[in-house]
Amino acid sequence: MASVTYDHVVKRYTADVTVVKDFNVDIKDKEFMVLVGPSGCGKSTALRMLAGLEAITEGKILIGDRVVNNVAAKDRDIAMVFQSYALYPHMSVYDNMAFPLQMAHMKKSEIDKRVRNASRILGLDNFLKRKPRALSGGQRQRVALGRAIVRSPKVFLLDEPLSNLDAKLRGQTRVELQKLHRDLQTTFIYVTHDQVEAMTMGDRIAIMNAGILQQVGTPGEIYDHPANLFVAGFIGTPTMNFIPANVTNGSAKASGFEVKLPKALPAGSKGTLGFRPEAVTDRTTDGGTTLDMKVDVVERLGSDQYLYGSVGGDQLTARVDPRMAVAPGDRVRLGLDTRGLHFFDGESEQALL
Amino acid sequence: MDFGVLLTDLPTLVVVILGVPALIGAYIVGSEFLVRRLSDKRRPQVRPWFWVGPALFLVAAYLLLPAIGTVFQSFENNNGNFIGLGNYESQFANFPTGGAWVAIRNNVFFWLIFYTLFTLAFGLILAVLFDRVLYENIVKSLIFMPMAISSVALGVIWNFMYQYQSPGESQLGTMNALVTFVLHHDPVSWLQDQWPTPTFNILNNLALIGAATWGITGFALVILSAALKGIPADLLEAARVDGAGELTIFRRVIFPLMMPTIVVVGTTLVIFALKAFDVVYVMTAGNYGTDVLAYRMYNQLYTAGNSGGASAVAIILLIAVVPVLIFNLRQFRAVEARR
Ligand SMILES: Nc1ncnc2c1ncn2[C@@H]1O[C@H](COP(=O)(O)OP(=O)(O)OP(=O)(O)O)[C@@H](O)[C@H]1O
Ligand SMILES: [Mg+2]
Repeated sequence: MASVTYDHVVKRYTADVTVVKDFNVDIKDKEFMVLVGPSGCGKSTALRMLAGLEAITEGKILIGDRVVNNVAAKDRDIAMVFQSYALYPHMSVYDNMAFPLQMAHMKKSEIDKRVRNASRILGLDNFLKRKPRALSGGQRQRVALGRAIVRSPKVFLLDEPLSNLDAKLRGQTRVELQKLHRDLQTTFIYVTHDQVEAMTMGDRIAIMNAGILQQVGTPGEIYDHPANLFVAGFIGTPTMNFIPANVTNGSAKASGFEVKLPKALPAGSKGTLGFRPEAVTDRTTDGGTTLDMKVDVVERLGSDQYLYGSVGGDQLTARVDPRMAVAPGDRVRLGLDTRGLHFFDGESEQALL
Repeated sequence: MDFGVLLTDLPTLVVVILGVPALIGAYIVGSEFLVRRLSDKRRPQVRPWFWVGPALFLVAAYLLLPAIGTVFQSFENNNGNFIGLGNYESQFANFPTGGAWVAIRNNVFFWLIFYTLFTLAFGLILAVLFDRVLYENIVKSLIFMPMAISSVALGVIWNFMYQYQSPGESQLGTMNALVTFVLHHDPVSWLQDQWPTPTFNILNNLALIGAATWGITGFALVILSAALKGIPADLLEAARVDGAGELTIFRRVIFPLMMPTIVVVGTTLVIFALKAFDVVYVMTAGNYGTDVLAYRMYNQLYTAGNSGGASAVAIILLIAVVPVLIFNLRQFRAVEARR
């Protein structure tokens, strides 16, 4: 149990290869923090610097109040679940889980108690004597989790632990992990490139892109108030509608429509208007903004119906009532809920609204 | 054989050029023809035998039959008369100072243990250390270099290394230069000094084994290094995060994972140790209590003209190697079974 602080952390491999740039996050004790971003953005590197597997080029990392820059991985008292699981192939499931405890010079009886406890929680009782190669992917993943939880570490690091599981098992494990976090009362730092995992699991989410931290916040904050164009586009499926627009006296003008802005922006600003598909519905209100959409594709998901089409010269997505009868080629009138409106500056791509 | 005769005898040449491929072709076509007539179930069982057949035949003709011949010869005197165990009796005479006993002791004790252990230890240590250096491939090639030297040249080089001049004279041999200059000790006659006792002369045997180890370490290094590289990096990282120090990681993770390779390299080295010949032949000619079985066999046959005795030594050598071979095969099967 401990907080984790990244203080102006930089990771540079060579003079011109900087993979983590000025990274600052405070992760609270017992928090479930998700680090999310596209592939290659430096998430694993950030995590590995915390684990002590990668040197820190600049800045400080603290676990609790202790600066760990020069502390060896083995002395940091953290546990890590690797994407590949990294189980010791020559050891049985039992020995895999006992290994970190043996390294801590724990008594045999205590080791046995803890391993059996973990194996009960994870449903591994019947596999304790097996070697990892005789296990399925999901079972291996649970052994990797078991190896991490037996020691009650200060911080729990998980690097894309679900990416090798099939969709159903991934969903189950997601729930189990959250339960585990509740039971263990430990700080979790979870790396993923999957925004669904991030949104469903994290107390807070830190979004990275190209080595730069974009935004830190609760899933709700990030969804409703993305700090910039990248975050807005990265979180949410289908993705947010982005429409190029100009600001003229209190409203934004796009090629096919004009919408009154809830907050005044300097006239003449150019940028991108953003709104999520669920802000575009089949409910039109008097005096509200209406969009005249030519439908190209209709996607029925049972609970929802998505319409993909164009308004003026711009592509956009709408989420309408599943019972609404639409066919590709139709022209429909849709209402735009201006409460969920975002506007991103054309230069800086930061959210102005 | 004088192949020139083929040119003067054209019909024979034609037969050889056309006949050999024709024979091979006929064998393949013929065996396939026979196999096709079998039932679907039998076919996959029988077909492999036709393909390994020629190899089995060659092994039998060039290895098995001579081996059996050697067994017979070891029971005969030089005129081809059966003398029972006579050759073995004379070989095994005078325990423990008799020539064969010395050779057996050197092979089965000094060479087998020290040559194998030294080579494995150096190979393993260097593999682990080189894994962390910048110019790994260059350094590894350097260690591998002696493998490219003929073992006769190797013996000559090490004869220079071990050269001995009387105390007080300037030492030309590197070893003695070190001994006199650094340790301020009298020069040592490495190849002749039977320290500690002539019945248990470790020193000069180790001198020979050292030279041979120098020649073979690259072989162990390259194979062990490949095995080391085969261990996924994240296993070592996981161990580090789990709280293991580097030595513990070596002992608990790296070493066990390399074990199958170490065993295979080790047993190969044991066989090399039992077959040791060239270094002894070049450096001491088996004198001063450094004889080994393979050299003794050669000596019995070509120097002493004692074909029966040579055959007996060959059989003793064979008997020493067989358990290792069996172990090696078992190990092989165990590794296969674990896949
Ligand atoms: N040794 C290295 N030298 C130079 N660049 C490296 C090195 N190791 C990693 N990188 C680069 O650092 C960047 C970040 O890598 P990292 O593994 O942190 O990405 P990631 O966000 O975890 O991606 P993924 O989701 O694919 O795992 C990548 O662009 C990678 O190419
Ligand atoms: Mg990664």
